[in-house]
Amino acid sequence: MIDLKMNRRGLMKGAAAVGVGLSAPQFFVRGANAFTNEPTGSSVTLGFNVPQTGPYADEGADELRAYELAVEHLNGGGDGGMLATFSSKTLEGNGIFGKKVEYVTGDTQTKSDAARASARSMIEKDGAVMITGGSSSGVAVAVQALCQEAGVIFMAGLTHSNDTTGKDRKANGFRHFFNSYMSGAALAPVLSKAYGTDRKAYHLTADYNWGYTTEQAVRESTEAMGWETVNAVKTPLTQTDFSSYIAPVLQSGADVLVLNHYGGNMVNSLTNAVQFGLRAAQANGKNFEIVVPLYSRLMARGAGSNVAGIYGSTNWHWSLQDEASKAFVKSFGTKYGFPPSQAAHTCYVQTLLYADAVNRAGSFNPCAVGEALEGFEFDGLGNGPTLYRAEDHQCFKDVLVVRGKENPENEFDLLEVVEVTPVSQVMYSPDHPQMGGAEATLGTCNPGA
Amino acid sequence: MEVYIQQMVNGLDKGSAYALIALGLTLIFGTLGVVNFAHGALFMIGAFCAVTLSRILTFSHEVVDETRTDFLGNPLKVDVPYIYDIFGEATGSVIIDWAVPLSILFAIPVMIAIGVIMERGLIRHFYKRAHADQILVTFGLAIVLQEIIKYFYGANPIQTPMPDAFEGVFDIGAIIGFGTGEILYPYWRLIYFGFAMVIVAAVFAFLQFTTFGMVVRAGMADRETVGLLGIDIDKRFTLMFGIAAAVAGLAGVMYAPIVSPNYHMGMDFLVLSFVVVVVGGMGSLPGAVLAGFLLGILESLASLQEVVALVPGINQVIIYLVAIIILLTRPRGLMGRKGVMED
Repeated sequence: MIDLKMNRRGLMKGAAAVGVGLSAPQFFVRGANAFTNEPTGSSVTLGFNVPQTGPYADEGADELRAYELAVEHLNGGGDGGMLATFSSKTLEGNGIFGKKVEYVTGDTQTKSDAARASARSMIEKDGAVMITGGSSSGVAVAVQALCQEAGVIFMAGLTHSNDTTGKDRKANGFRHFFNSYMSGAALAPVLSKAYGTDRKAYHLTADYNWGYTTEQAVRESTEAMGWETVNAVKTPLTQTDFSSYIAPVLQSGADVLVLNHYGGNMVNSLTNAVQFGLRAAQANGKNFEIVVPLYSRLMARGAGSNVAGIYGSTNWHWSLQDEASKAFVKSFGTKYGFPPSQAAHTCYVQTLLYADAVNRAGSFNPCAVGEALEGFEFDGLGNGPTLYRAEDHQCFKDVLVVRGKENPENEFDLLEVVEVTPVSQVMYSPDHPQMGGAEATLGTCNPGA
Repeated sequence: MEVYIQQMVNGLDKGSAYALIALGLTLIFGTLGVVNFAHGALFMIGAFCAVTLSRILTFSHEVVDETRTDFLGNPLKVDVPYIYDIFGEATGSVIIDWAVPLSILFAIPVMIAIGVIMERGLIRHFYKRAHADQILVTFGLAIVLQEIIKYFYGANPIQTPMPDAFEGVFDIGAIIGFGTGEILYPYWRLIYFGFAMVIVAAVFAFLQFTTFGMVVRAGMADRETVGLLGIDIDKRFTLMFGIAAAVAGLAGVMYAPIVSPNYHMGMDFLVLSFVVVVVGGMGSLPGAVLAGFLLGILESLASLQEVVALVPGINQVIIYLVAIIILLTRPRGLMGRKGVMED
């Protein structure tokens, strides 16, 4: 007869056995997965985190179009776009590392909290092995930090602040887009050539992270060329009518207005400046000039004819005539009926770079992918020879200086490339003061699970 | 000194917008007792009336130009507005150039219709509900309206230029004894200020000198008694909602060249306009107009760098600060009447 009476020792033994039993499967699962969301089936899921609502929804929509095109090309559909021009030849239209590419999307709303929540959801619920996208530096920095904690790769979308690969750089984060420092370094020589070295600049700066780094970059670059900065005024991000900020410019003694604004801020401040007659004004015996350090075609369309003749910089432009750009424009234009924006370009390129890095690494492990991207030199993606620098995960390539076109032939023909600034001119050391100095480090790669 | 005068002048156009929106809000509150948080959306829809008419006027057919190519290298398809076919290119381009002023005619019936539909279709069901319910439903309506606009027009601002004839600046400094070019004010903003004055005067004249206006004023004072006289005051109040919507819409139409219309512009004005209404005095039409200009000018002055250097962040809170001071010293606002929202 079996004695079913339970004593204290028996209870302890039983509890221990149940505990071991329950924890065993998790232990084995953890042992089986070397990193977060390791793809085990025949497909791999990417997370496209773009602004689908909010002020940058149009840019987000263009980013999403580019991602869908990239997925189509990676899976062997369409005309292949830049797969044919990319210098690395690991992408053959059979997915990534032989796995079919699937994707999920999230809405950043251009808010850091919402962007982190949507990225977290895509990682935890949808099993995304890589997160990419965005149209704001604040969002990029926030999502990059989340991806670092979660152990997935973050391929940044449109983010121009120095901080993304400067003081806030992370081992799991990578940026193809250029930055404020590069804009300043590329613009200054063109500006001094066009307007001379004896100029007095007045900066209006959006009161947030990107505005500060852009103002600092343009100030330091132009001052090094001999310009004097007479004033720099912060403007609230929510400002729509800039008249009360622009009117004092006329009495400041400045002869150049630098608008460190992006998006709706740029459209409105530029429109207001033109309305107040700054384009036609004379100051210090010279024509008054306006500069917009970061241009976007989508924003230029909002500002319309006001952009005519105004200098700025951009990461890429659809009118470039290299084979890669032509292939991408053809592919995108045929599918959607209009040329891609720079946001679309950088997102498409980031997806291809990630896929190629996985193939070269032979693994989806973020640390292996990171290693494959670090120091990677490539060409054939629309920006000429490019380096993904190992020290800060920033791409280094030529920078385009553009000018608003005086007589556009159609609604897309708004900017003209006036100079391709060589990469050597926009290069800086990884511990540059504008990039966070010596304290800024990537930290260590986090593979997650 | 010139800088301060310049900033005061700069406040006029924004003050005009505040005054017109606050005027409409006060009309609705005064007649229907509704706190309408969708009023900013009506301002935004007015601006998009200008965008819409511009698009209607530039509605085009394609003509293939074999001599040029598009971005894909195909023969360029050039858009030719139908209006060129009807009136000829010279006259057609003038009509397109004058799209914003012409939008006034387009916006009036559209905005009245939207106002009446809003009132009959939704807001009348909330007359007897608490103000909190009214705020929630009208705020929700505002979000729905802006999402609809974003769906059709996108999220980016859309440039809506003024007629070429009004480009340029008016040299106020030269006229009042300062140096040439010291105090400048764009012609269009001057027109906006004048336009706002005309609208305010027209609304006051309508209420003061017409039988309809007299009945409405009587209804605002004592709705029940007017109803006992056999007058269908509800119908008149509905029309007043439409007129208030039209006032906000017209403010938006003419503001389109100043700030490129975007789906969110109504929200940017809404909260400040409510502060204007409270500062002016709930239910007081002259108070709304006075407070609109006062706060517009103060906001402009507060954004001077000298002022911001003295009190950092003052440019973003000045309106609320003034509202607090006025409500502490004059709880009913500048021209508020006894008994309004005091029960």
